[in-house]
Parts: sequence; structure tokens; C-alpha cells
Amino acid sequence: MDDIVRFHEVCKSFGDVQILKGVSFSVGRGQVVALIGRSGSGKTTALRCINGLETIQAGQLHVCGREMHSNTVDLLALRQEVGIVFQSYNLFPHLTVLQNVTLAPRKVKGMSRKHAEDLGMQMLQKVGLEERANYYPEQLSGGQQQRVAIARSLAMEPKLMLFDEVTSALDPQLTGEVLRVIERLAQDGMTMVLVTHEMAFARSVADQILFMHQGVVWEHGNSDLLSRPATPELQQFVANGL
Amino acid sequence: MLGISFDQIGFILEGMGWTLVLSLMGFVGGALAGLPIALALSRGGRLLRSVTGAYVQLIQGIPLPVIMFLCFFGISIAGFDLPSLVAAGLAMTAYASAYLGEIWKGCIQAVPRTQWEAAECLALRPLQRVVHVILPQAVRIAIAPTVGFLVQIVKNSSYAVVIGFFDLTYSARVVNNSTFKPFVVFTLAALLYFAICYPLSSLAYRLEKRLGRR
Repeated sequence: MDDIVRFHEVCKSFGDVQILKGVSFSVGRGQVVALIGRSGSGKTTALRCINGLETIQAGQLHVCGREMHSNTVDLLALRQEVGIVFQSYNLFPHLTVLQNVTLAPRKVKGMSRKHAEDLGMQMLQKVGLEERANYYPEQLSGGQQQRVAIARSLAMEPKLMLFDEVTSALDPQLTGEVLRVIERLAQDGMTMVLVTHEMAFARSVADQILFMHQGVVWEHGNSDLLSRPATPELQQFVANGL
Repeated sequence: MLGISFDQIGFILEGMGWTLVLSLMGFVGGALAGLPIALALSRGGRLLRSVTGAYVQLIQGIPLPVIMFLCFFGISIAGFDLPSLVAAGLAMTAYASAYLGEIWKGCIQAVPRTQWEAAECLALRPLQRVVHVILPQAVRIAIAPTVGFLVQIVKNSSYAVVIGFFDLTYSARVVNNSTFKPFVVFTLAALLYFAICYPLSSLAYRLEKRLGRR
């Protein structure tokens, strides 16, 4: 079993509203999985379950060999292995770019400042922002901030990266620069789960595309899925989206 | 000069010194107790929140002079004879901690929830999230209202006169009793309070403008 993430009949409700109604899928090592679907279909909730930001109420969810459905799961240990990047970047505004990237390696992993800064500069290089190391987040464009957020997650050297609509707040040009970074990560063999509205991108980068609808995985397949949707729901979604 | 002597002015200035001492005690004590109160109010569990909330409500619902009396006479009934400086310092601490706790709670809550989430997702421990991510941002928000509250502390320290604490108000009253020049004496006291408070409030105003621009 080389699955990094395995959902089995996972359910999640917020109060009376059931968001996930038995979601099942798995993500193999090195795979890139794109979650698509309308807003409210449960894709972001499913993603947030993977690193324990939401707890599941029924079913089983394994992440990096841990049982997320058990009460004893060690979230701090899990989060060292699972990075997440948010739609709204969520950089720390009082820290410089380099300090944002080195905070967790220093405080969580106990790295020396020098070691962490070397690592941080490497990660910034990966996202093409090494010359912005000493800027503050507010001095950067949205696309640059999002690339810093990616570098910040990568600095923890995760086994799995989650991306939650990371380009939704960006204009097309800035979207392009962020997507190129993610593409490069995919080429490097990073395991990734991305919630995205960029259909062309999902098609080009994802090994597996999952169409979520009404709280379940409605349809799934490889990148051809979008060219040959089987259900009317996905047909309609693709027709509206492209 | 205007019917009061230099010695008497010196006496009033001495009282002003003790006003500063008491204000400082109130601020330092209030800050030390106010920070845990703010954290408990903003991040504590239900029990902790309701206990600290009750404390804040209680202190805010009692006039400061009554708190002064309680500290001064209440504690001496319990068998400890406190100098009025200690009693006044305790009362100011209780008073300042309730208000600073409430002010700082708001500042902590003003840091977006997503910042906690981002810190959590980087595997920072709860205390690390507070120390490295939340407090540095909350402090920036808190500076202006905190300096503003300092003005309240300085002015309200004058209530310590009710337990016979020798401060600016007390010394002015003593000088008035011997000179019968209330207008001169209390105008002088008012000017001295203003001399302490005005720089603080204009600093608060400037900080608010500067930090608001960011």
C-alpha cells in the first residue's frame, strides 16, 4: 500500500448541513490529484480534513500512515509532513519573507538560524523570489505572496502538499506564475492535492481528476475526464467552466 | 508667589512624584495580570472564559474608590496592616488588569483567524502560535489604545486620596488647607496632571494615526 491519502466513506457535517456524504478516493505517492466542482460541493472541506483542520465524523481517512479518524492522531507530527497553501496566502505580515519561511523550521524542527536561512533561500529560489527575501509581505504582489506561501510550506520538507484554490484571488497573469511553480513541483515528484477552478491546468498537471458534486466524488478519471464527461452534472460543469 | 511658597510648590511636586509611582505600579501590575486575562478571554475554554469574564465584570462594576477602600480596610481586617501605597497599588492593579484584559482581548481577536490557522498548519505548538505569530501582531494593534488607557490610570490614581495616599491630589489638598488659595493650588494641580496626561494622549493619537495608515 503506497497511498499517501486514503478516504473511505468519509462524512462531515457542519451542524445540520452535511457537506461530505461518503467520500472515497486515494492519492498515491508522487501523484497529483485535482479536486474540481462547484462551490459547496465539499472539495475544500475534503482538503481541510486531510491535515486535520476539520475532523471527520464517519468513515476512515488515512494520511501518511496515520488514522485521522482516531482521537489519538498526533496533529503536530502530521502537519510536519503535510503542507497547505491557502487562497488568501495567510503570510505573517510582521515578518519578512525569509522570516516567514524560516519560522517553522527553526521553532518546530529546532534548526539553527544559519541552517534554516540556507534552506529558506533554497526554497525561495525554487519559487523565484530569492531577491525578495528581506521584503515584507505587503510589499509584494499577490502572486509573489502566494509563491512565498508555497516556499514557506516547502521549507518543512513535506511529503504531501495541499493547495486550496490558491489562484482564485489572482489575476490571469499572476495566476500563471503561481501555476508554473506548482507545475515544477509536480515534475519534481511532489505528491499534491489541489482544489482548483483552473480546468486547463488541472487537465495538464493532474494524474487524477475528481469531480465532486453534492458531497460525494461524482466522477473521476485521468486528464481525459474533462473531454469525455459521463454524467450530465459534469457535462454541465465543464460546459459552464470552459 | 500667588500666596503659596516655593516649599509648598515643592511639596506638591513631591506628591506628583508619588502619583507617577502609583500610576506605574498600576500599569505594570495591570499589564502582568491583564495579559493572561486577555488570553483567557480570547482563547480560553468555556470555564476559564466565564471565570475571567466574571472577574472583569466585577471589577468594572465597582467604583475605583470602593476598590481602594476594600484593599485598604478589607486586607487590614484580615490581619495584614498595609501601607496605603501597597493597598493603592493593589487596587490600581485590579482596576487596570480588568480594563487592559478587555482592551487586549479585542486586540488579539483583531488578528485574523486565518493567522492562527496558518501557524497551526506549520506545526507550531499553541504557545509558539501565540508568541511568534499572534502577539506581535496584536501588540501593534494594542499600542495606541494602551497608551490611551495610561491617561485613565494617571487620572484615576487620584482616587487613592480616599485611603490617605500621599499623591498629587492629596498634597494639593494639604497645601490648600494651610493657604486657603484653592483656585491657585488646584489650578496648579490640574496643570501638573495635564502635563503628565497630555503627552500620553497626544502620543496615543499619533500612534493611532501612524499605525492606522499601514
